[in-house]
Amino acid sequence: MAAESTGAHSDATFGRISRRKDVAFRLLALGATLVGIVSLALLLANVAVDAVGWLDWGFLTSPPHPFPDQAGFLPAIVGSIAIMLLIALITFPLGVGAAVYLEEYASDGPLTTFIQLNIANLAGVPSVVYGLLGLGLFVGLLDIGYGSVIAAAFTVGLLILPIVIISAQEAIRAVPDSQRQASYGMGATKWQTIRNVVLPRAMPGIMTGTILALGRAIGETAPLIMIAAPTTVFGVPTGLLSKASAMPLQIYNWASYPQQAFQYGVVAAGVVTLLVILLTINSIAIVIRNRFEQST
Amino acid sequence: MSQPDFSHDGIRTLRGTTFRYLFLLCALLSIATTVAIILTLLVDAVDFFGTVSIVDFLTGTNWAPSHEPVSFGVLPLISGTLTVTIGAAAVALPIGLLTAIYLSEYASERRRAYLKPALEVLAGVPTVVYGYFALVYVTPFLDRFLPIGTFNALSASIMVGIMIIPMVSSISEDAMSAVPDSLRQAGYGLGATKFTVSTTIVVPAALSGIFSSFILALSRAIGETMIVAMAAGQTPQMADLTNPAGMFLDSVQTMTAAMVEIGTGDMVSQGVQYQSLFAVGLTLFVITFAMNLISEFVASRYREVYH
Repeated sequence: MAAESTGAHSDATFGRISRRKDVAFRLLALGATLVGIVSLALLLANVAVDAVGWLDWGFLTSPPHPFPDQAGFLPAIVGSIAIMLLIALITFPLGVGAAVYLEEYASDGPLTTFIQLNIANLAGVPSVVYGLLGLGLFVGLLDIGYGSVIAAAFTVGLLILPIVIISAQEAIRAVPDSQRQASYGMGATKWQTIRNVVLPRAMPGIMTGTILALGRAIGETAPLIMIAAPTTVFGVPTGLLSKASAMPLQIYNWASYPQQAFQYGVVAAGVVTLLVILLTINSIAIVIRNRFEQST
Repeated sequence: MSQPDFSHDGIRTLRGTTFRYLFLLCALLSIATTVAIILTLLVDAVDFFGTVSIVDFLTGTNWAPSHEPVSFGVLPLISGTLTVTIGAAAVALPIGLLTAIYLSEYASERRRAYLKPALEVLAGVPTVVYGYFALVYVTPFLDRFLPIGTFNALSASIMVGIMIIPMVSSISEDAMSAVPDSLRQAGYGLGATKFTVSTTIVVPAALSGIFSSFILALSRAIGETMIVAMAAGQTPQMADLTNPAGMFLDSVQTMTAAMVEIGTGDMVSQGVQYQSLFAVGLTLFVITFAMNLISEFVASRYREVYH
């Protein structure tokens, strides 16, 4: 009797302790989940406060200047957008083409496995190494100019190509097979099926993935440094071969200035501008996705 | 009747075949990219090793590419890279793993729906922005408590760690979600709490996926460039094993930061210095490529277990 009650008592204690442990662990895990999000939010709040008074119309429409209150971001903004548009032109057809091949044509052979593994690996190659590829291949071998818009676009384009391919593959895979069968049943060829059935259905997903990848491209800095893109230019790029700076390069350059007004004012304004443009790009991707999800 | 039909089909077949090969070319471009990366790195690295012996490069403890006497020992850069990677791992691995457990085992559908995209934002912030944050906010903050320099490995490590949290959490969470529910039910049937089920059933069952996420995240930390170039500084130095904490308080130079330093300098004029860029790049590529392959290999094993 006595032994039994002790047993029941210790069972209850054991239960209480393990329940407490469970609650403690749950809170710990929730805390860990919030660490990254909260620290980023704090840093963003800091940079937003610092940008106040510096981020104005003059900043967005002027060239860089050695005096902080006259420094502007315009050539970097135009350079980034020019490079990004060119990257879109390069990666979209190549990425979709590769994805169509892998999803619609390729059989499950060793070549397909090899290509797939290779794409996964390319997605993990450090961006600075792509910079060396750009330096050796586009600037060195093909001689298309140090830091030119086109060399930058090719280099960063190759960098984001694996991401574009992987997301396009996912979009194509999500098209139900019954729709392909229906098309074949009507006597359509493979290419007609792809053009008229698969690609239109997959396009919102492909667009979303490509736009998100372009968002990543706009933040890339190291590859541009490697191909010797100038960190500061005073005029907007006028052609494919003209040297262009980009927003992250200008930020990198300004951050090394010793003056407080640059470190906490001008750079903060640049960071906020870059993040707002990035957010706009990502929102466009999300809007496209939501709109097409509703209509189908 | 068959004659006109045949030519029509012929054109259709020809068009189909043309597109098939065009798409194949696009897919093969990815292999061409890998080959191009390897060749570009090798060509200049081989030239470099014609001037500087490969043994001196791999075992030298002094990295001084720009001032006389020039010296190209890569070990200080590897030591700096390891310091930052270890620091980033100390931040990202526990936090990422706990995050994955929370998302996979504890969080409600609704909470997951906004926590996951919020976490993915961390990986989407440009690294130059993280570098700036580390330099102007984290370092001055840490300076209140620790004797750190303007450039130090600690704030760079923390920022790299925060950046790679989503890589750990999302791949680990996928692995945990792939653990069949019957295993969890068996645990609950024995009267186990969620804590016990998570830590003694789900995590061990998903171990290969978790491990693969760790390797991939560390590979990203090794290759990360702008954060370390901006916040950790440009001081190549060997780790002092008798004082491991000191390494974090001082400025170090990683392989990637050294590449940025040479890249922003006037490198065209100096042959060996330009080529050293490719030798360091090749070292970095080999290390990260091997880690990515291992991660891919480990991950592909767990997928087979539950299918």
